[in-house]
Amino acid sequence: MTAYIIRRLLLLPVLLVGVTIIIFAMLQFLTPVERSALYVRDIPHTEGAIEGIIKRYGLDEPLPVQYWRWLIGRIDPVTGDRVGGVLRGDLGWSRVGSQSVINLIKQRFPATLELALWAVGPIILIGLWLGVKAAVNHNKPFDQISRILAIFASSFPVFVFGLLVLMIFYANLRWFPPGRISDWANVVINSGEFRTYTHLITIDALLNGRFDIFLDALRHLILPILTLSYVNWATFLRVTRSSMLETLRQDYVTTARAKGVAERDVINKHARPNALIPVATLAGFQVVSLLGGVVITETVFTYPGVGSAAAAAAQQLDVVTVLGLALFNGFILIVANLIVDIMYAVIDPRVRLA
Amino acid sequence: MTTTTKPDAPSLEHELLPETISTRKIGRLERLVGPESYRVLRGLVTTPTSVAGLILIAIYTIVALAAPLIAPPARANNPYDIPRDGFSPDPRPPMSEWRRNQPPLPAWWEPVMGTDEWVHLMGTASGQYDIFYGVIWGTRTAYKTGLVITLAVLMIGLLVGSVSAFYGGLLDNILMRIVDVFLTLPFIMAALITAAVLTPRLGRTILPAVFALIAFGWMSYARLIRGDILTVRERDYILAARVIGVKDYKIMLKHILPNAIFPTLVYASAGIGEIVIIFAALSFLGVGTPVGYADWGQLLSFARNWITNLADYWYIVVFPGFALVFFVLGWNLLGDAFRDILDPKMRGKS
Repeated sequence: MTAYIIRRLLLLPVLLVGVTIIIFAMLQFLTPVERSALYVRDIPHTEGAIEGIIKRYGLDEPLPVQYWRWLIGRIDPVTGDRVGGVLRGDLGWSRVGSQSVINLIKQRFPATLELALWAVGPIILIGLWLGVKAAVNHNKPFDQISRILAIFASSFPVFVFGLLVLMIFYANLRWFPPGRISDWANVVINSGEFRTYTHLITIDALLNGRFDIFLDALRHLILPILTLSYVNWATFLRVTRSSMLETLRQDYVTTARAKGVAERDVINKHARPNALIPVATLAGFQVVSLLGGVVITETVFTYPGVGSAAAAAAQQLDVVTVLGLALFNGFILIVANLIVDIMYAVIDPRVRLA
Repeated sequence: MTTTTKPDAPSLEHELLPETISTRKIGRLERLVGPESYRVLRGLVTTPTSVAGLILIAIYTIVALAAPLIAPPARANNPYDIPRDGFSPDPRPPMSEWRRNQPPLPAWWEPVMGTDEWVHLMGTASGQYDIFYGVIWGTRTAYKTGLVITLAVLMIGLLVGSVSAFYGGLLDNILMRIVDVFLTLPFIMAALITAAVLTPRLGRTILPAVFALIAFGWMSYARLIRGDILTVRERDYILAARVIGVKDYKIMLKHILPNAIFPTLVYASAGIGEIVIIFAALSFLGVGTPVGYADWGQLLSFARNWITNLADYWYIVVFPGFALVFFVLGWNLLGDAFRDILDPKMRGKS
């Protein structure tokens, strides 16, 4: 297993450098003037100001030099300190957010995290249940129907589904509004009495003993959770089902049946644990990828997370913001992938002992 | 069984049991395409899901081809601009009358409805864009983008994958790490940034989104074809070709690729649906596609400003939404049937 993990760790710098190169390459589509937005908030409208900025920040120097500077920052000629650099957290100035990109992420990330945490449970538990049940009932009505529903689900674009549920549950029934919190609750949260511990509204509300705010936040979360769930259920159903079917065909399962183990125990104790190994990888990955922000779901429900910020910035061609958020997203996914792969090695004896 | 097997035919030295001889009639089509492809084709027309998929695809194809007849464009040289009936921001319900800038009346309208009053069959979106027109011409946009992008990513994937598999070693390693890097960013995020940086250079057309989807859509094809080539390369007939001195590129093009490409093509047919979804999503998010372009995602994006009133303005969501859903469903049903038919474990069972 050590060799496997070391191999996997060696890939890490490749991916990190690769992603930064992609993002940097994208920046090159911008003119030096547009790129100066990375460093300067307002370009003065005086003669020669732009040339000065380009000169000062070295935006006309060879690409490798620029890449290096963009990565780790540059030495300020006056003070001699190192300033900027995306690796040091300086992702530039967000025109759309009117703040630095890193602050925008800090401000938006709790919302994304909260949605992800709430969505994890339903996605995994129900997805697995569906998959196992479909496999156990192979080619019976439950299997057939759930498979057809899964095809339907994967054909249903998230934004169409989101708009439809908003139409039904918000516009018609007024049950579940879009956004993250109602105005009245927002006033309470921003007042002095409400203490912020985690920036996750549901948890903070409980810690403050404000059950009404907790319910209000939950009301806003239900439709996004449902939307994130149905897409993932389809994927989980497919992977769990085929993995479970594969396992049920193994000799050791036949042996268990032959020696008279109850079918229930064959499925729950013998087959399922092994069948869930490949599913664990998928689960880990899907869940962590929620943390990078779910662009479309957040946008449809005007949920103020990282994903909707990226969409809004892209729409207004605020490229610096989009690229900063993408870099953040890429880093999260790289680390997530690494953790998931190592976990996979730990839980699967076939990989662990290889 | 109508074919008459000559009773003395199998009586050679080997004692062949009658049931081991296939008396199956081999049709002309099977002779033409070969047994494996014939099995796939037969599977496609006998599996209910794939038949449903094929029917859906056929309907959309007809609509796309007949778009100028179903909904004649107001300006023939710019058919992808949805005609507008004024500029009022409030959507109007289905069957409301055309007031201004009425496009030519389609030929089928009068015989069917008995009137020459052209209406907004599916209502209008904000800015008085005619939804019916957008839905009909949206099929063309879907086909155009879906086919062009899929073909392009297929080509890039084939090139990278086969070079990688054929040369192996360091080059293979480098190419596959590049694939890893490109796969790191989520598809929609990657497409979003590419479209955003390309828009200032290419302007508000559908091109930024198309290029974005091509730039980040080829990786899975490269992986797939690479794996299949590596398998086929080990077969005996490739060795035989090498032994008799066939040149490398000829082995690649004539012997390996044709035998390895099939799963990738199947994957591509199922991938069209996903490409169309992501393209519509970009359009929905307002990246790339110009406002008023005949595209389902573009029509749906009009609904974003009317979330509170969707109870009244349901038609902005329902018509373009389901046009998109059934289009993708058609391709997904076909892809699902393909997967079943091609599953090696299923071989010989149908």
